[in-house]
Amino acid sequence: MKILCCVKRVPAPGAKINVTADGMDVDAAHLGFTTSPHEECGVEGAIQLKEEHGGEVTVLTLGPGEAEEQLRYAASVGADHGVLIPTDGTAYDPQRTAAAIAAAVTELEAEAPFDLILFGNESADAGGFQVGIRVAHALGRPIVQGIKGIELDGDTVRARREIDGGFEVYELPRPAVLGVKEGLNLPRYPTMKGRLASKKLEVRSLDVAAAAGGQQRVRLHRPEEQVSETVILGEGPEAAAAVVDVLAELGVL
Amino acid sequence: MLLVVLEHDRGELVEAAREALTFGRTLAAKMGEDLEAALIGAADESLVAAAGAYGAATVHTCTHDVLSDYGPDAHGAVVAQMVETLAPDAVLACGSDRGNEVMAHAAARLDAPFVANCIDVTPGAPWSMTRVQWGGSLLEDATLDADVALLSCGLHAVAAEPGDPRDAGAESFAAGLDERHAVTVVRDRVVQEAGVTLPTAPVVVGGGRGVGSEDGFASLEELAELLGGRVGCSRAVTNLGWRPHADQVGQTGTRIAPEIYIASGISGAIQHWVGAMASKHILAINTDREANMVVKADWAVIADLHEVVPAITEEIKRRRIRTS
Repeated sequence: MKILCCVKRVPAPGAKINVTADGMDVDAAHLGFTTSPHEECGVEGAIQLKEEHGGEVTVLTLGPGEAEEQLRYAASVGADHGVLIPTDGTAYDPQRTAAAIAAAVTELEAEAPFDLILFGNESADAGGFQVGIRVAHALGRPIVQGIKGIELDGDTVRARREIDGGFEVYELPRPAVLGVKEGLNLPRYPTMKGRLASKKLEVRSLDVAAAAGGQQRVRLHRPEEQVSETVILGEGPEAAAAVVDVLAELGVL
Repeated sequence: MLLVVLEHDRGELVEAAREALTFGRTLAAKMGEDLEAALIGAADESLVAAAGAYGAATVHTCTHDVLSDYGPDAHGAVVAQMVETLAPDAVLACGSDRGNEVMAHAAARLDAPFVANCIDVTPGAPWSMTRVQWGGSLLEDATLDADVALLSCGLHAVAAEPGDPRDAGAESFAAGLDERHAVTVVRDRVVQEAGVTLPTAPVVVGGGRGVGSEDGFASLEELAELLGGRVGCSRAVTNLGWRPHADQVGQTGTRIAPEIYIASGISGAIQHWVGAMASKHILAINTDREANMVVKADWAVIADLHEVVPAITEEIKRRRIRTS
C-alpha cells in the first residue's frame, strides 16, 4: 500500500495575519507556521491506513525550503518519506502548483503508482479549491473532495463525505485521489521516538518546472473592519428577559 | 453570455443556487450580457421557473443516466462541454463544497484557470476580481487572463434575492457521458439526523472553550431545541473532543447563516469568526467584555454562560406558558 499525502506550509491559523508592504504576501516576521489543517488530518489518515494495511507513506510539499519543517513533522507522526518541490519564493497560482505536483508524482511513480493520493480539500491560506482535482485529472484518476471518512476494501476506496444531516458514500477504484477535510480524524501528537526519527528523514528535493497559469495576484489586503455597535443587555442572568425580547423581535421564539 | 451553474440536491434547488443567480445578475449587468443558467441532472419546470424569477433568461437543462445522482466528474464534464458548445464569456457557480468542486473539474478538463470564492468581479481583458483568502480574514485582488472566465462567488457573499424576473425558456443540452464519468457518482447516502441542520438552522447556539466540558453543552442543547435551532461549537471544542466535527462552525467547519447566532463562551478567533460572520444577527454571552465575539456582536450579555443560558431557557418557557 503506497500512499502519498500532499501538504502545505501555512501560517498558524488564529494569528492575526499582516501583509507585506508591497501587498504580495503575508508578513511572516512574527508568525508561527504549521501544516494546513485539512492536510494534517490527511497525514493522520495516511498513517492510520498504513497501520491497518501495511505499506508506506510519502509526504510531499511544494514551497520554500522552510517547508521541510512540515515534512519532518509528518515523519515524526509516522510518515516514511519526504519530498520537497522548492518554489522560487513567489506565490504559485493553482494551475502552476498542480502542474508541478503532477510532474513530481509522475517522477515518484517511476516504479509503482501510489494506491492513494490525499490532498487537503483546500489550503487554509489561498483556498483555491482545485489543486487536488487538477492533479487527479492530469494523472487520469478519480477524485472526490470533502472527505471525512476513508475505508479500503480490496481494490475499492470507500469514502464518506459529510452532507446536511448525514453523509454520502463514494466508491472509487484504486489508484484514487481524495480531497480530505478536518474531522476525518483527530491527528496524533509526535512521540519522543518519532521526533528523533524525523531528524533522520532524508528529504528528496525534486526540481520540476511548471508554467504560470491565468490567475495572477495583484495584492493582498485586509477587509474593512465591520464596526458594530454592541448593545450590552446586562451583566448577569437577569439579562435573560432582555435577551428573550430580542429573540421575540427577530421572530425566532 | 454569463452561464450560472445551478446547484440542486436531487431536484431541489438549494440556497447556493439562488446566491449564485443573485451574484450573477450583478455580474451579467456589468458584462452587458444575458444571464443564462445550467441545470445538470434535472429538468423540472419548477426549477426552470425559479431560475427565471432570479433573472435567468434561458436554462440549459441536461439529463442523462450518469446524472441520476450527484457526481463531481460528470457534472464538471457537462460544464466543460457547455463551455465548448455554448461559448459563454464566463461561468459562475456558488463557492459551496459542490460548486467549487464542479468548477474545478470543469477547469481541469478545459485546462483553464478557475478563480474560487470571489466577492467582486469586473469583466475586462484581463478580468479583475477580489477573492476570499483565509476564509475571509484576508482578501486577494487578482487578475484573470482566460478565454472563458471560470468563477465561483463566495458562499454567503451575497444574500439570495429574486429580481429582474424572466419567463425563462428551457433548452435541452445533450452531453456526451459514459461509464468513466460515473466512477465518482454518489453510491449511497446515510441520513443521521432529520430536520434542522447546522447550515440551515434559523438559530444556532454556539459554545466555545468557556462551556468547560462536554456535559456543559446540555444547557445549550436545551435552549437550541426550544428555539428549533442547533448547537454549534468552536474548533477548540472539537479538538478537546467535546463535540463532533460536524458541529464545528468556522473556516474548516461549517459556515452558518442563521437569523441569530448565540455565541456562548466563544472568544471569536478569526477562523471561527469567518464561519459565523454571515449570521444575520449575533448575540454574545461572555465574561470578557473585550472578547472579539463581544466586540463584533449586535448584543452581548457580560456574564457566565452557565447562569445566563438556563435563565434564557426559563424565561422562554415562562412566556410560553403565559401565552398558551
